[in-house]
Amino acid sequence: MIALLGLVAGIVVGLIVEPSVPGALQPYLPIAVVAALDATFGALRAFLDGVFNERVFVISFVSNVIVAALIVYLGDQLGVGSQLSTGVVVVLGIRIFSNVAAIRRRLLHA
Amino acid sequence: MPDRPLDRVRRGFAARPSRSQAVVAVLLALLGFAGTVQVSEVRSDDAYVGTRRDDLVQLLQSLSVAQSRASDQLAELEQTRDALQLSSQQRRVALEESQDRLETLRLLSGRSSAIGPGVTITIEDPDGTVAAATLLNAVEELRDSGAEAIEINDSARVVAQTWFADGADPADATLVVDSRAVSAPYVVEVIGDPDTLVEAVAFPGGLTDEVEALGGTVTIAKSDELQVESLAPERAVTFGEPIT
Repeated sequence: MIALLGLVAGIVVGLIVEPSVPGALQPYLPIAVVAALDATFGALRAFLDGVFNERVFVISFVSNVIVAALIVYLGDQLGVGSQLSTGVVVVLGIRIFSNVAAIRRRLLHA
Repeated sequence: MPDRPLDRVRRGFAARPSRSQAVVAVLLALLGFAGTVQVSEVRSDDAYVGTRRDDLVQLLQSLSVAQSRASDQLAELEQTRDALQLSSQQRRVALEESQDRLETLRLLSGRSSAIGPGVTITIEDPDGTVAAATLLNAVEELRDSGAEAIEINDSARVVAQTWFADGADPADATLVVDSRAVSAPYVVEVIGDPDTLVEAVAFPGGLTDEVEALGGTVTIAKSDELQVESLAPERAVTFGEPIT
């Protein structure tokens, strides 16, 4: 319950404040958001499986974001930033899909 | 059944606030915040705000290539336009020149009326003694003096092919000019430089002296604007062909 409230509060704050993203962070923010989404869906799946652990969630959330940002940073340094970030998005997208599929199976048995 | 997923969700909603819930809430709030910021960033009016540097460089390069191609095309088209303008200008100049030349030739060949300064020469011939030869001499003198259009009695235009003959009866003061009968007094209108034309008639032994010796009189009047309205008969070329 509180978790959902937190999500809503974050969205509302983002809408109200409407900050501009600093230039240095611009390439990393979208990847970080996708990575966080992946961690969140993974957590939801674990929760439905009954194996949810907030320590695991926090660590996977933070590490996902950091690793994604690192990969993009590395790609930028190597001159393949846009290709590598596309690759990260694809991989995370696949993981999100499989997590959502697992959640769906738990909830709807289908 | 405690291990059914939906039950777990229900229990999760009903659960008391705990540390683990608070941590999850903070992280989700972070996620929501970042997602919203990113979405609004992408939606902001400038299309290139979120674009990476490499992509921008590539975009710029492709734009400059397109621009140089377009300016090449522009130069080519301008060259074509200049060439076309030049040729049309040349055509226009040639057309104007030939128009001028046509007008000159029409005037000289008696195919158009003429207006300009000149003299009017009136030859009185009470005794019918002025012959075609006299008039022809006068015409030759006038041509020598630069006469551009000559007309006798407002009806006979004198051009290169004009011929003169005496009338059937020498006593009735009639001459034939280009098959056209003209009778005294002969009024010869000439367009040219008036002073020179007067000299062509009045010099000693010229038309004036000749006519007076025959018993007639010659009067000369200069005019600033004279009209020669009669036209020479149209002639077809049968034998000659121009060599170009």
